[in-house]
Amino acid sequence: MTRLHIDWTACDGRGLCTELLEEMLVEDEWGYPVSRDGTTEPVVPPPLEDAAKRAVDRCPMLALKLVRR
Amino acid sequence: MTDALWYFARGSGVVALVLLTIVVVLGIGSRSGRSVFGLPRFAVSLLHRNAALLAVVFLAGHVIGLLFDSYAQLRLFDLVVPFVGKYRPLWEGLGTVGFDLLVAIVVTSLLRNRLGAGVWRAVHWLAYLCWPVALLHGLGTGTDRGTWWLWTISLTCAGAVVAAVGWRVSPAFARFPARAERRVAPRLLEEASR
Repeated sequence: MTRLHIDWTACDGRGLCTELLEEMLVEDEWGYPVSRDGTTEPVVPPPLEDAAKRAVDRCPMLALKLVRR
Repeated sequence: MTDALWYFARGSGVVALVLLTIVVVLGIGSRSGRSVFGLPRFAVSLLHRNAALLAVVFLAGHVIGLLFDSYAQLRLFDLVVPFVGKYRPLWEGLGTVGFDLLVAIVVTSLLRNRLGAGVWRAVHWLAYLCWPVALLHGLGTGTDRGTWWLWTISLTCAGAVVAAVGWRVSPAFARFPARAERRVAPRLLEEASR
């Protein structure tokens, strides 16, 4: 199972991931991503894995990581 | 054939300058966290990257064209070692400096995931040195130096970058300017003013 890990010390709320992965993430009022299902490390559904990889790749702060567990 | 290389080198150099200008403007735009030119943020970021890679292609053409050109008389090490060329060493050397800086910026960007965000960002700041150096190189050397059309292109590029940097340093730049204010807790400000 793949999960999306957000490194909150690195995140600057630039908002690219919420655009690329809007099925999973929504912006809070400060622009930081919050998972729609309310978990801290949301599960990436298989159809969204490519989109998640793109979000990880484009994060300007390298704050996103895919973890498999 | 010799003339063709010289024409190609001049043309690709000008195209590279225009592309690098677009790259700098888009880079500043993507740093803002806003959508610019009607593009979503991720598209600004991708366009910034792709325009940069295209600039590298034209710059490679520019450099390789000059390497085999009989006017420029470049030796292989002139491509990386600045200010030792035979023809207008200062202005040619600026081009070499810009080339070295661009290679550093592009390579660290491609290896960003391995190097970490800190190293990548530090090297990326060199773009603010690379672009002016490239502009001066174009103004100072080459057959097209001093022509009205090259001045027009150079000044337009300079205007675009100056405007973008002006926006970058203005308080209205960030998407959430209020975030900067909340970094200091009110209690600390109270204690400091006592």
